[in-house]
Amino acid sequence: MSNEEGYVTADGRKIGGTLMEMKNITLRFGGVKAITDISFDIKEGEIRAIIGPNGAGKSSMLNVISGFYVPQEGEVWFKGAKRPQMRPYQVAQQGIARTFQNIALFEGMSVLDNVMTGRLNYMKSNILHQAMWKGKAEKEEVENREAVEKIIDFLEIQSIRKTPVARLPYGLKKRVELARALAAEPMLLLLDEPMAGMNVEEKEDMSRFILDVNDEFGTTIALIEHDMGVVMDLSDRVVVMDYGKKIGDGTPDEVRSNQDVIDAYLGVSHD
Amino acid sequence: MPTQLLFGTEVLLNGLMAGVLYALVALGFVLIYKASGIFNYAQGVMALFAALTLVGFMDGQVPFSHLINAVLGTDIHHFGWHINGFVSIILTMGMMIVLAYCVQRFVFRHLIGQEPIILFMATIGLAYFMEGFGDLMWGSDIKKLDVGLPQGGSFWIEENTQWLGFGNENFFGFFIDKLDIVATVIAAILVIVLVLFSQYTKQGRAMRAVADDHQAALSVGVSLNFIWVMVWSVAGFVALVAGIMWGAKSGVQFSLSLIALKALPVLMLGGFTSIPGAIVGGLIIGVGEKLFEFTVGPLVGGATENWFAYVLALLFLVFRPQGLFGEKIIERV
Repeated sequence: MSNEEGYVTADGRKIGGTLMEMKNITLRFGGVKAITDISFDIKEGEIRAIIGPNGAGKSSMLNVISGFYVPQEGEVWFKGAKRPQMRPYQVAQQGIARTFQNIALFEGMSVLDNVMTGRLNYMKSNILHQAMWKGKAEKEEVENREAVEKIIDFLEIQSIRKTPVARLPYGLKKRVELARALAAEPMLLLLDEPMAGMNVEEKEDMSRFILDVNDEFGTTIALIEHDMGVVMDLSDRVVVMDYGKKIGDGTPDEVRSNQDVIDAYLGVSHD
Repeated sequence: MPTQLLFGTEVLLNGLMAGVLYALVALGFVLIYKASGIFNYAQGVMALFAALTLVGFMDGQVPFSHLINAVLGTDIHHFGWHINGFVSIILTMGMMIVLAYCVQRFVFRHLIGQEPIILFMATIGLAYFMEGFGDLMWGSDIKKLDVGLPQGGSFWIEENTQWLGFGNENFFGFFIDKLDIVATVIAAILVIVLVLFSQYTKQGRAMRAVADDHQAALSVGVSLNFIWVMVWSVAGFVALVAGIMWGAKSGVQFSLSLIALKALPVLMLGGFTSIPGAIVGGLIIGVGEKLFEFTVGPLVGGATENWFAYVLALLFLVFRPQGLFGEKIIERV
């Protein structure tokens, strides 16, 4: 179904060419192999999921993409070019935004300020302009505010705009984190367990937002989940990992009928 | 009006002015603490170093002259030129930025992710290193710092407040040092600029982001190294302002680094994380110690200024550990 130049999904969305490609990635922590020789690609406009049981190396993979971990072997290709070794903030500046499994928000700031930090890379005026608060800087601030308000509207968090993040319940924090990542207008959005620890209602909300983001902004999304049910409904293609290795890759239906995947999830002995 | 009350008022006014100077030093601490979680013991020494460098530039001193003379057997001390005060301040600021870069590059970059106590120890080391380095570079003699700030009491205020005595012949108007007034105005401007900077500029927002969560800051594209160099530069700038004020008041001498110790009770009062807290804390300590000396001092034989601030800070630690304006400590269990 998938090929080099994109494909059409079951619900009729057109998926573009390859945006990101991981080639033979191996990541070790001392003697422990977290990821062993994994390759897969992410195409423009699709929702790509990485699933697997706990400890399969999913988060490590996301950290490799976002530059927090540097793999010992393998190459990362982004927008048709091999990516040199980069620091996480440089990866972010390239247009890859992410959320964290354990929520990393600026607890002391308001929701609005948190989302505004997502726009930092869009503020190009220099410190002198900023100091005088004139012309370019003022125009920029207004433009960025507008972009941020749009996202706040979109994610339905208007009512908590001015609330310090520390006071918010867990589910809303997750949503604010998504808003901050979206504010960067990323080419690729990485979501690390966006539904972990949520109740059913919150999970449904989050699923809807993920689909809407993809639909409305055309954002390419790569997400990690261990909740199979949610992932299968959301994603276009799925990579399945187990013990640091790739054991399946394809549409939700293909993956669901893959014997290795069934074994990994239902549990069979590994020897 | 009774003489005691008038004197009391004058003591209060002078206490406020002294408080502003304490607040200036405390500000430098708060800035670094807010942005990097490091309690910078070296802040006082930075003020000293800034003042030394400023005087050195103004008088055209040859840096490391003792060292040069000892090694080469020469006898040079001055270039023979004098640089205008304003230009020297700009040059000194450049020097503080270089210092900020070096501090980040050679010390704190290697300590990312370490325990706060380790970072604190590093700043103690930094303080002693800089004290020695300043001595080596500019010599240890007491220097006069004159960047053209007004000195002495203000006759204008004295004349125009004389009527407040309502015929009291012991009262000749309030005595207020002009330098203190300038310091107050500059401190006020400094605080406004800093608050605007941290609240409304890109760099300020990035700074607050780094202070709050390193990982999250990285994920939105903020370079930690750049922000830390910037923070140390801003702290260097505040140190320079404090150094100029204190230097102009009491000469540039190595005891200047001890004023950092007076900033500690100020911070305990105001809270380590609050810029307004540093100001209010400074004022309370300034006024408190002067009034206490004026009222209770004579009863206990004086010299209460040496310990009053610390006792007040101790009381605060017992009853309100986060200070007046500090973030409330809530531990979720």
